[in-house]
Amino acid sequence: MNFFRQVFVIAVKDLRAEIRTKEAINASFAFALVILLLFSFAFDPEAETTREISGGLLWIVFAFAGTLVLNRSFARELPNDCLDALVAAPISGAALYLGKAIANYVLVLAMELVSLPVFSIFNNVTRPVGQQIWPILLVMALGTWGLTVIGTIFSALTVNIRLREVMLPMLTYPILVPALMGAMLMTSSLVMGKPLAGDNLTWLKMLIGFDLIYTAASLALVEIVLVG
Amino acid sequence: MSAVVIDGVWKFYGDFPALRDIQLAADPGACLALIGRNGAGKTTLLRIVAGFSRPGRGKIKIFGTEPREAETRRKMGFIGHGISVYDELSAFENLKLFGKLYGLSDPRKSALEWLERTGLERVRDGLVREFSRGMRQRLAVARAFLHEPSLLLLDEPFTALDDRAIAVLQRLLREALAAGKTIVMSTHQLREALELASHVALLNRGHVAFHGPCTPEMVADPGYVYARYGES
Repeated sequence: MNFFRQVFVIAVKDLRAEIRTKEAINASFAFALVILLLFSFAFDPEAETTREISGGLLWIVFAFAGTLVLNRSFARELPNDCLDALVAAPISGAALYLGKAIANYVLVLAMELVSLPVFSIFNNVTRPVGQQIWPILLVMALGTWGLTVIGTIFSALTVNIRLREVMLPMLTYPILVPALMGAMLMTSSLVMGKPLAGDNLTWLKMLIGFDLIYTAASLALVEIVLVG
Repeated sequence: MSAVVIDGVWKFYGDFPALRDIQLAADPGACLALIGRNGAGKTTLLRIVAGFSRPGRGKIKIFGTEPREAETRRKMGFIGHGISVYDELSAFENLKLFGKLYGLSDPRKSALEWLERTGLERVRDGLVREFSRGMRQRLAVARAFLHEPSLLLLDEPFTALDDRAIAVLQRLLREALAAGKTIVMSTHQLREALELASHVALLNRGHVAFHGPCTPEMVADPGYVYARYGES
């Protein structure tokens, strides 16, 4: 079986398991909606400053709610020692990692696609978000891939430790800072009606570079993470 | 060529040597029973042979190749302490999944065949989380045998099995040995293991205290090896 078929099989398995249990996605959706609601009370939806910090608010929600999905990624393999069966199977660690990363990406992106319109309504930015929807979706796609590749590799690294729910965000967020900065600034700028050009384009290139570098590094290191 | 060669293997947890200079080999068609008290290093050794962790020193060869090579893993079947199947998937979905991961030509057909051989064909679409313990264990056996491995690595395979699952497993292991396959198993159930074993290795505090053919004395008295070679 070729590499991409293996990736597909792992991704489908993870998505099927999550759709049946809804362990991660329920927690993630509920958390995102509650935080968005609280933010809408904390900030005045009419104020211009709310638009200026909208990227920050949105990406805080995405990062924290996304971690709830990522925490389950390899932890899902712990009951019944399923990780042993996957490690014993004749598939590369990279295929296992990429399959899981893609499943996580789909789940985190689904949470974000529900959160975005809720955020727009609560913060009275429906029109600017609607006008810039494609650039915003591009930033979300790239930022989420960065969050997913980092979260998935650290999910593998922390799977066998007792405090993995605490350790995963502690390891993930510091490394994510450049990607989150870029995604936040670009999202705020787009919501304020600026085009995806100039500084935004520089941040976009940085985000693409971040994604490529950390995807390559994770694929190279995952075998060591899983087997030692 | 030996099916399994364990050459001077050490494993350290921190400074503590869990395995000390292990030298063992199993020829094709042999059944090697690893016995020893809790903490002797049986599971650690099996996990290194299976490629789940790397030795601190020494080498493992499976049919002349490294355990982590994909072709080597295709030849291995492993039953560990857990059943290694997904509660959220059905029995059929589990076996089809592993059939695909092992690159079987027709995963669906192989899954159905092994569900029948383990007596699970009537519950093929039931979720594993709804299965009884015995059914889950039989599914674990089907998962390990699904890809017709040449080497079976079994970590305490008879522990906590019900009578039917023990009967299924013993029948399958006898058929595997008759077909020339190799078995390495760690066990505390000496009677069941020694009935199948061609060779016995006694591990004591991380080193091999005895390694040799399984003799009639051992089969007649499962405590014989401990009494003669083990710690007092």
